[in-house]
Amino acid sequence: MESSLRTRARQLAEAVTTPLVPADFLDLFAPLRAGAELRGRIEEVRPETRDAATLVIRPGADWAGHVPGQYVRIGVDVDGVRQWRAYSLTHGPRADRRIAVTVKAVPDGLVSHHLVHDMAPGTLVHLEQAAGEFVLPPTGGRFLFVTAGSGITPVIGMLRNLFPSTDEGVLRPGRSAAYDVVVVHVAPSRPDSIFLRDLEALDAAGAITLVARYDDVHGVLDVDDLPALVPDVAERRTFACGPAGLLDALERFHADKGLELFTEQFRSSRVEPGDGGTVTFGNGQTLTADGAVPILEAAENAGVLMPSGCRMGICFSCVLPMTEGSVRDLRNGQITTAVPGESGAIKIQTCISAAAGACHLDHPQKG
Amino acid sequence: MTVIQKKADNPIAHLTPEDIEQLGIELDAIRQDIVDSRGASDAAYIRRMIKTQRSIELGSRAVLLFSIFPPAWLVGTAGLSVSKILDNMEIGHNILHGQWDWMRDPKIHSTTWDWDMASPAEQWKHSHNEIHHNFTNVVGKDNDLGYGIMRVDEDQRWSPFHLGQPVWCFINAMFFEYGIAAYDLDLGAVIKKKQTKDPDFQRRAKEVLGKIRKQVTKDYVAHPLLSLPTGSFLPTLAANFTANTVRNLWTNSIILCGHFPEGVETFEKRSIEGETKGDWYVRQMLGAANISGSKAMHVMSGNLSHQIEHHLFPDLPSNRYAEIAPKVQALFDKYELTYLTRPLAPQVYSAWHKVVRLSLPNGLLATTTKRNLPRQLKALYKMTTGSKRERRAIQAGLTREARQQEQQLAA
Repeated sequence: MESSLRTRARQLAEAVTTPLVPADFLDLFAPLRAGAELRGRIEEVRPETRDAATLVIRPGADWAGHVPGQYVRIGVDVDGVRQWRAYSLTHGPRADRRIAVTVKAVPDGLVSHHLVHDMAPGTLVHLEQAAGEFVLPPTGGRFLFVTAGSGITPVIGMLRNLFPSTDEGVLRPGRSAAYDVVVVHVAPSRPDSIFLRDLEALDAAGAITLVARYDDVHGVLDVDDLPALVPDVAERRTFACGPAGLLDALERFHADKGLELFTEQFRSSRVEPGDGGTVTFGNGQTLTADGAVPILEAAENAGVLMPSGCRMGICFSCVLPMTEGSVRDLRNGQITTAVPGESGAIKIQTCISAAAGACHLDHPQKG
Repeated sequence: MTVIQKKADNPIAHLTPEDIEQLGIELDAIRQDIVDSRGASDAAYIRRMIKTQRSIELGSRAVLLFSIFPPAWLVGTAGLSVSKILDNMEIGHNILHGQWDWMRDPKIHSTTWDWDMASPAEQWKHSHNEIHHNFTNVVGKDNDLGYGIMRVDEDQRWSPFHLGQPVWCFINAMFFEYGIAAYDLDLGAVIKKKQTKDPDFQRRAKEVLGKIRKQVTKDYVAHPLLSLPTGSFLPTLAANFTANTVRNLWTNSIILCGHFPEGVETFEKRSIEGETKGDWYVRQMLGAANISGSKAMHVMSGNLSHQIEHHLFPDLPSNRYAEIAPKVQALFDKYELTYLTRPLAPQVYSAWHKVVRLSLPNGLLATTTKRNLPRQLKALYKMTTGSKRERRAIQAGLTREARQQEQQLAA
């Protein structure tokens, strides 16, 4: 009875708002309400170093919580264009239900620069639920963390949860007694980083063992030296987060020795846009396209049934989502790049776009 | 108006192919400037516009719950009219043009937006973006030239049906949203060609009817029912009808001003064969007319008051048209073309004048004097009731007479 009443109410609300939906109006007043598309309000931007800041975010009512080590995808408008990036949650669940990410402005990092330097408290951002398999088993055990550069962030989330730091120093609650942790942290030189200071404090308090390796002091880390740095490496489960080169080396090392390894990598390696390339459609069909020919034309010549219209870039009838890759606007040479997990699928006009490298279009139809 | 190619004083005769190419390059540069500087303030503009429209709609609908009280009726109806106009013009029309696709906001995107209009967004995008904006003012290709029910160019053949076109035009204006929906369906041609059984047509017709049903339910059933507790059922229904009509008359006036005023050029089908980008730009420059006025006028017209700029660059954000208008006008001057702009009232008058003038056969009004009125009326009667052949013969006579008269005047 109640549910049929609710259905009626929903139908009525839809009938009075069509072609919009009731949520479009509710969003005017309560964007963080239950049932809304997941968003968060930036409540605090705390500078940590010259080029890093912690953003404290009040997530919408439907935020389902997270496990330390997981990351959250944040959608933010930079220069008016929606961009998505993933950031580790650098803490355990908080009593005030807020979440925090710490962002370092990387060179050429469009989004990270915006978040560190231009983000105003009060701004709404888009969120996805926390995700990631890079989490500690709840049962405890012996662990080795290998982190490089910003790969430290998910590990910091786990360690802060295990060993909260307070005014009185680092706490070692009973639930953490079952965890024996060694951290090997690699960086070009000793960084000006809050997280490193955290690790050093945890090490000083005896909560973890820190093995810091700086390229300028110790030389570049050779993974095969791990047993020398961590003698009981064979008895530990390894969690590693860092650039692809390090992760590949660790994978070889662990595979050789038959050891357990969990890895996490944030930035997928980028491909420089080229001139011409291949176009792959949703159904797996692939064709080679010249850099001077619109994708629409190349696809039609290959017998693919394509949506089309004016063929001069004005009517937007031909747009298709590009899930990955780069295209060049033939009118002004502008490059558009879709990166899975960051930009999401970008809808491109196929009639004025040429392939600039390998690109994937979400278009299941076959000619 | 006569297609540009048949004119004695063809306004583009002085342009060489090199001129036209150069003009295209200069227009491309204007476009690129805006593309390069699109950013956060533009995004904020459209979001603010959407928020404003939704707030006005919500407020007006709330006030109309008490529309039994005349002041509430007036305020609510005025607010709802403004809200519907903003929804259709500055917001809907422009988002569906892809002007805001660059923001990559999945909600404010040409592929996902829908508007408070009988015409489903998908169908409108086809007839408007794809046909009208591509083939602008090409007689026989651009159905916006009279919407298939009116003769708005001398080169469209007169038939007795056109005698009633001031009436058709007015009815179309009153119920413009349904006119546009029927037009997007190409209803007239489908019926004429007996293609109503065509599965694609039936699918599209079903879409239109579905949309109309929802729209009608909202304005004429659901909201009046919500007003029932205060005894405001009928006043709310009347308010919604009034707001829809105000919106229809306003949008129709703006659209008429875009392409129908005297001085807007039309083009032959043949002339666009092998058309270059520069040629296309020239056609857009001469095939549209602007409305001069205040900032509020520009917003309420969805910046279609900058119809010329809009036709040159249909995918640039509408809030930037005002900024590029002086640059575009300077190019008109440089290439000795006429930038057609007038305030709203003269532009609407000019468009209606043409509708009335062309409801009569070519040359009839020009050759009519007080003295020959009975003879002219008789000719009109014969053209209306006679066979096609008789019509052609009388038309030829009228055209000859009008030409002689022009020559005498010139001499």
